[in-house]
Amino acid sequence: MRLPTLLLILVAIVLAAFFLGRQRALSLARPAGGIRSLHSLPKYYGYYAALGAVLPGIALLLMWAAFSESLITARVVQSLPEALRNQPDAELGLTLNDIRNLAAGQMFDESRRAEFAVAADLYNSLRESSRRILSGLVVALSFSGFALAWFQLRPQFRARNRVEGAVKVALILASLLAIATTIGILLSVSFEAVRFFRQVPLSEFLFGLNWSPQTAIRAGQVGSSGTFGAVPLFVGTLLISGIALLVAVPIGLMIAIYLSEYARPALRRIVKPVLEVLAGIPTVVYGYFAALTVAPMIRLAGQQLGLEVASEAALGAGLVMGIMIIPFVSSLSDDAINAVPQAMRDGSFALGATRSETIKRVVVPAALPGIVGGVLLAASRAIGETMIVVMAAGLSANLSFNPLQSVTTVTVQIVTLLVGDQEFDSPKTLAAFALGLMLFIVTLLLNIIALQVVRRYREQYE
Amino acid sequence: MMVPDDDRSSRQLSPEETRRRVDASLRRRYRRERLFRFYGLFSVCLGVVFLLLLFGTIIGNGYSAFRQSFIHLDIHFDADVIDPDGARDSDVLSVADYSLLVKAALRELIPEAASRAERRELNQLVSAGAIFSLRDTVMADPQILGQTKPLWLPLNSEVDLWLKAQASGKVGAEVSTRLSEQQLAWLERLQAGERIELRLNRAFFTSGDSREPELAGIWGATKGSFFMLLVTLLLSFPLGVAAAIYLEEFARRSWWVDVVEVNINNLAAVPSIVFGLLGLAVFINFFGLPRSAPLVGGLVLTLMTLPVVIIASRAAIKSVPPSVREAALGIGASPMQMVFHHVLPLAMPGMLTGAIIGMARALGESAPLLMIGMVAFIVDVPSGPMSPSTALPVQIYLWADSPERAFVERTSAAIMVLLAFLLVMNATAVWLRSRFERRW
Repeated sequence: MRLPTLLLILVAIVLAAFFLGRQRALSLARPAGGIRSLHSLPKYYGYYAALGAVLPGIALLLMWAAFSESLITARVVQSLPEALRNQPDAELGLTLNDIRNLAAGQMFDESRRAEFAVAADLYNSLRESSRRILSGLVVALSFSGFALAWFQLRPQFRARNRVEGAVKVALILASLLAIATTIGILLSVSFEAVRFFRQVPLSEFLFGLNWSPQTAIRAGQVGSSGTFGAVPLFVGTLLISGIALLVAVPIGLMIAIYLSEYARPALRRIVKPVLEVLAGIPTVVYGYFAALTVAPMIRLAGQQLGLEVASEAALGAGLVMGIMIIPFVSSLSDDAINAVPQAMRDGSFALGATRSETIKRVVVPAALPGIVGGVLLAASRAIGETMIVVMAAGLSANLSFNPLQSVTTVTVQIVTLLVGDQEFDSPKTLAAFALGLMLFIVTLLLNIIALQVVRRYREQYE
Repeated sequence: MMVPDDDRSSRQLSPEETRRRVDASLRRRYRRERLFRFYGLFSVCLGVVFLLLLFGTIIGNGYSAFRQSFIHLDIHFDADVIDPDGARDSDVLSVADYSLLVKAALRELIPEAASRAERRELNQLVSAGAIFSLRDTVMADPQILGQTKPLWLPLNSEVDLWLKAQASGKVGAEVSTRLSEQQLAWLERLQAGERIELRLNRAFFTSGDSREPELAGIWGATKGSFFMLLVTLLLSFPLGVAAAIYLEEFARRSWWVDVVEVNINNLAAVPSIVFGLLGLAVFINFFGLPRSAPLVGGLVLTLMTLPVVIIASRAAIKSVPPSVREAALGIGASPMQMVFHHVLPLAMPGMLTGAIIGMARALGESAPLLMIGMVAFIVDVPSGPMSPSTALPVQIYLWADSPERAFVERTSAAIMVLLAFLLVMNATAVWLRSRFERRW
């Protein structure tokens, strides 16, 4: 039985369970004096019966989804001849892939068909029987779950409380998904990263000055073992994010100041949504803009001034990234500035200060924690930004602070290392996860610090 | 009385001198004031100019891609060429060499292209995809064999570029082109004979990706994005709303709830590419789901948009006044009934607004999709959430990387389509908010 049919049958069972449960509650109530003798509304008895029917089946389905493939694979590996079974893990994985492709009837290297035919047949038959067993079990479980619920139904049975308890558990599980995501990110990324650090020492990764991840395709090739010193990537990331912040912080801050302190409400109403449009544009569009328009403009300007400008200069990517985070800085600063009590401004005006003096000496210092928090959040956005740098920054890992040279960033390297088909065990692909772990930790720290700064500030005035 | 030193010195100044100094300092201070104000206005203008520049570049580059050059050819559907047996078997018809028909029609138009080299140059003018539209014509109506029918066939992208440059007023030498002198001369003759026309580029909206720019379209990517968003919406909306309900209505203040809250806020700021790594490690390597499938993309985007939906839903629930809850509890509703019968319907518009904004963000996201293999070159239009596909922003990335010049305008046009989708979604969110928002 295919999965969709099975699900359809499950739905039918559940619907039937609901109506039967409700019917049973009503018929039980009739001799005891009608619907008033029921503890809960009749539909809750139906829900209870339906839950009894669906939950065991779903639990089994999920477990099957998680474990069946690995169990089947283990059986298939056992059936393989000695020589194939004792291969190293990576090659065994490739062999299994071949077997799966053959079993699925996809393109296959004809010359090796005979070797794997038995295994592929076994794989198919195991899958078929596992599917059959699953269907039978799920249907049987649903029926027995329903039967259990059915025999529990009494007029005094507290069906509503039970059903609401189940709903509450579901709500709790949904709220735990966010935690599960974080743990999933940490576990999955650090699991691969640890495998990477087993092959490349942590000190080389953190302090090495050379990044050339090209590993040899065949063992024993000369000069291509790959070096994984990530300092050039960190420097490149800092350089591009630094340029972005140099663009975004002054402009964003001045926009926030002008809109909240000077602009008339009419202007504010027009300009704020316009700037929010800037925040809603997908990053791939910014990347295209950087590569197509800004980079050639910078190169042209450099030629006029007699400067040597690389075609994928850090300046272009940084500028465009700066434009991208302007609305981010300006809206967060705007919030901070608006939270400064009017009394402080009035006090400053009463002493004879001009508007700009009030802003510079009173408002901005008072709003500073909020502004700093916003800038930190913007920095974490800039560090993690991917598409702009993938499209407009370079690939070569130059250790340079020159904004006119081409540098590469952590995110660019993650993308180039992982795009395309690779085997999953080489240090080259694992390096991407090590970089991802660095990125996650750094941005997480920045976010936590920023949120802390903002929160502490808020307590001051409320 | 003790007077500070500087105060005594200023007292020695004459009133005129004091006024002069104050005036001078005032002038200086007002100048600074004006300058500061100007900086602010300048920054605002800069932001707006950036936006206009961005839109100007995209639209200026892209609008021409919605039209494509076609050539009007009288195609003689020669039965001897296509179906020599006369059996009208669809297998034979689908593999027949339709390029011969195009070549014959071109030769009729320009008979003096006699040599082999000349004829090859002539045939290059028409797109390699022209044969597909001929095939479709024949397959749809086999009766046409033996007849002659005038058809509009797409021209090669290089020709298309040159013709569009001409149409926009540039002349001869200004346009860099890879076409030869001879080809240009033929084109001018065909133009004079009104055989060439710019028409609506239907392929752009109806076909999948292609190596030939004149045949490439965004339909495949759009459908991929659609399936992905469908998965994302179906998962992230119920899960996000459920989490928000628990956190707002049922959770008691404890360190654990604080952890969940901080965690959700942090998750909203994790770089998207990290979610891609998660998807690659968990969904593809651990659970063995297929690469490039919209289902996996949808799962990754679900995890990404979940914090957005939760935060928006919590705000919506918070805005429902406590009196509603108290009234419901007062007439005997259980807390669960109070939430599902009264709070949730009132908070629904706000939640939907949050969900749409989350979806709009998910639609524009491309970095995590690169990680899970949605960057492959895929010609077929996906038929479901399990078939390999790309997404609209990834298609833009792929085309932007392509060396073919004709893809520049198509990239911009695809961006225009993407932005149009985003505009519609955000406008819907704004409309929902203004239509259903209640002030309590």
